[in-house]
Amino acid sequence: MGAFASRPRLSGLPAAITLALIAAVGIGVPLLNLLVPPGSALHVPTYMVSLLGKYLCYGLLALSVDLIWGYCGILSLGHGAFFALGGYAMGMHLMRQIGDRGVYGNAELPDFMVFLNWKELPWYWHGFDSFAFTVVMVMAVPGLLAFLFGWFAFRSRVTGVYLSIISQALTFALMLAFFRNDMGFGGNNGLTDFKDILGFNLQADGTRIGLFVASAIALALGYVLCRFIVTSRLGKVLVAVRDAESRTRFLGYRVEYYKLCVFVVSAIMAGVAGALYVPQVGIINPSEFAPANSIEIVIWVAVGGRGTLHGAILGALLVNYAKSYLTGAIPEVWLFALGALFIAVTLFLPKGVVGAVASGLRGRRAGPAITGGPGGAGERTSEAPAE
Amino acid sequence: MIAVTLRALFCLLVAWPLLAASGQAVADDLEALVAGLGSNSFAEKARAIDAIAASGDPRAAAILEALVDGDLQTRRDDDRMVIAEAKGRTYVLRDPLSGAEIGEAGRAELRPIIINNRLRGQLRGAIGGLTLLSPDPGRRASAADAVFVTRDPELLPVLDKALARESEGWVRDRLERAAAATRLAAAEDPAARIAAARTLAHYADQDVRSLLTASSQSEQDADAREAIAAALGQVETRLALWGVLANVFQGISLGSVLLLAAVGLAITFGVMGVINMAHGEMVMLGAYTTFVIQQLVLAYAPDWLNWSVLIAIPAAFVVAGGIGILIEQSIIRFLYGRPLETLLATWGLSLILQQTVRTIFGPSNREVISPSWMSGAIEISGGLTLTYNRIWIIVFSLIVFTLLIVLMRRSGFGLRIRAVTQNRRMAGAMGIRTGRVDAMTFGLGSGIAGIAGVALSQIDNVSPNLGQGYIIDSFMVVVFGGVGNLMGTLVGAFSLGLVNKFLEPYSGAVLGKIFVLVAIILFIQKRPQGIFAPKGRAAET
Repeated sequence: MGAFASRPRLSGLPAAITLALIAAVGIGVPLLNLLVPPGSALHVPTYMVSLLGKYLCYGLLALSVDLIWGYCGILSLGHGAFFALGGYAMGMHLMRQIGDRGVYGNAELPDFMVFLNWKELPWYWHGFDSFAFTVVMVMAVPGLLAFLFGWFAFRSRVTGVYLSIISQALTFALMLAFFRNDMGFGGNNGLTDFKDILGFNLQADGTRIGLFVASAIALALGYVLCRFIVTSRLGKVLVAVRDAESRTRFLGYRVEYYKLCVFVVSAIMAGVAGALYVPQVGIINPSEFAPANSIEIVIWVAVGGRGTLHGAILGALLVNYAKSYLTGAIPEVWLFALGALFIAVTLFLPKGVVGAVASGLRGRRAGPAITGGPGGAGERTSEAPAE
Repeated sequence: MIAVTLRALFCLLVAWPLLAASGQAVADDLEALVAGLGSNSFAEKARAIDAIAASGDPRAAAILEALVDGDLQTRRDDDRMVIAEAKGRTYVLRDPLSGAEIGEAGRAELRPIIINNRLRGQLRGAIGGLTLLSPDPGRRASAADAVFVTRDPELLPVLDKALARESEGWVRDRLERAAAATRLAAAEDPAARIAAARTLAHYADQDVRSLLTASSQSEQDADAREAIAAALGQVETRLALWGVLANVFQGISLGSVLLLAAVGLAITFGVMGVINMAHGEMVMLGAYTTFVIQQLVLAYAPDWLNWSVLIAIPAAFVVAGGIGILIEQSIIRFLYGRPLETLLATWGLSLILQQTVRTIFGPSNREVISPSWMSGAIEISGGLTLTYNRIWIIVFSLIVFTLLIVLMRRSGFGLRIRAVTQNRRMAGAMGIRTGRVDAMTFGLGSGIAGIAGVALSQIDNVSPNLGQGYIIDSFMVVVFGGVGNLMGTLVGAFSLGLVNKFLEPYSGAVLGKIFVLVAIILFIQKRPQGIFAPKGRAAET
């Protein structure tokens, strides 16, 4: 694809700061956990390391949504599906690693299959004993689904809210499917009771720190990849598609291929985030497919500031920290707060926290990062007539 | 079976005085026989039962029924046979022959007459035989059904006698069914069994089918086996036909629910283009309004409870519509032309509304009582049962839809709505207050969602999550039918309902729903504008 011809700019102040911060967290938190004695105020307890690792996975997930929504105008309300699929792929590997240490002590079958009286492993579980195969699947399954979905959707020019609604229907359908016991993914309970990963005990502090560092590295790599894409010529075309899809098409660009390309990349990133998330929380179940989860991802991006990449990461951390705090301290307030956040951000902070801070710093000198929403102004005048 | 017994008992109580008056002549004879029931030996009891049944006495059925129900007991003091009916802690005693009340007694003063299962079977058959000749057609029919179950060949002469003098067509039908079933099971002559099988072929119910299936396996005679197989084939064809009809009804019923849930969205999303993710919560508010109205009616005017649902319809419209206008004025107004932002803001709103309702009414389900005119069912043969609440919801959804169409096409308000959606600036130039029309239109769509909530409160759990279950389906219906097209919503709702119900038997409910979702996703790829795509310049969005 010729779009990569121009030299992408990886430098720039926000990129440098973001990467430095990720590196600082990725190195600092394990050091504070290992070197500082538990009594000290600076000590980071192991549970906190896992919690932060979870946030980093959310950050990567938010990044993947920002890539398509912020830069290409594709609002996917089903990105949780790719995250969950990546998570399930990893979960299947971890289930195979349990071996005969399950409740039923069956080395051939996971516990839930023994419970359901299954005689042999379904074909799609084969291969998950191998970590390398799992890594491939973590990326291939979400990528393939995104390719199929995007192939059909973008070629027939399903855009805007229609795409949002069918992507939501997609994750809803997957949720219903994974709730079924006959699917062979543990039904309602999902996959859990994992023992170890690559021979390391998942409960051990060292493993948790290792997973945390892996999440930080993945987030940094994801950020570099996104940054590479959006600053390349491909990124310019994507922004053009976002702001004026028809005009870009008339200029001779095959809009659907650009969209498809970035959609698949985004889905793979979400899958990787899911795969790193599962060993850290120790469970994956069908509720990860719930449409509400996917919409929540979008609000992380919106809060942070879409179309900025680092804003998405920041938004994921902020909202999830608030969620952890509020659901612990005053649980009944959390949904009010989340709902109010949705409304307040769309009404008063269209560019998110990052956008608001940036325009506050720059004053009136700089132009806005995003001009107009995807779909553009004036849409209401050209609507289909009633009846 | 229980229903049959209860019904027989009910008829018995009603007919009691009449029976008591007519039977004096043979009283002494019957009295001796009834005393025989008190014997300790089961064989003796069996003989007494047969004799009582054979006596032809009009009171015999009542006595035997009391025996099978365990009401026939003996008083310990004087060994007198009584019929004891529980009344609070004590029992009211009646004389089994005259039916006259003869005092009360505690449980300890009575000794029940013990019967075993063999006697119970014998009793059922005997009662069936006796009531086959009852003057009440309902009782004759239930007796015929009882015989159909026991298939006691000794009752065949009674059955034939009853058939000969039966005048009511539907009872005759049941009698013939019982007679054929008995002959099929017991007749010595293969020709009689073949004739019985041919008679049974005209019926279409599960009992006849299982009877035929069972006898086709045990049948020795080749010709008879063939006749039974043919009859079974006919019955199964007819059952399959009824099954299809049942599916059609359930599909239409589901379609009407989808239509109710989606028709408000067809206004806000279809006509105005506003993505209202809080639409489901408007439905939920309507359902809670129904609950509140019901509690108010219970508190202040309990006699009107049957009509509280009707009062709730305008109330739900006003509540949901009012909140809709409020939402439009405070949030959506500022987001026109930014559909994705509208989607996010209204999603946030839906979370707030859910949590508000949860805080006020609690997270558990609230019970909305169905009015008496909505409960019950019409039973049509072949196991097809149409419940009244489903029928009312179908009717109601069509009424709401028709009113909405009339409003949109024939009223000044509808004209203004269409003018504003077709060309906002021109409409403004003609003096229409477009902002006001927007607010009213959104209120209308939300109000209709509220009305849908009233209907859904009758068939679904009224909980804060009520709306979430409908939001994705509603959007699917509107998008499938074609955005901006009310007729498309109607067709979309009913076709999705029917497809869903016809897939269910083959794939199970959940998988069927998944298939439908995937099919719609593929359909939208093929026809992004829905079934009824707008044509001409309007299509170029």
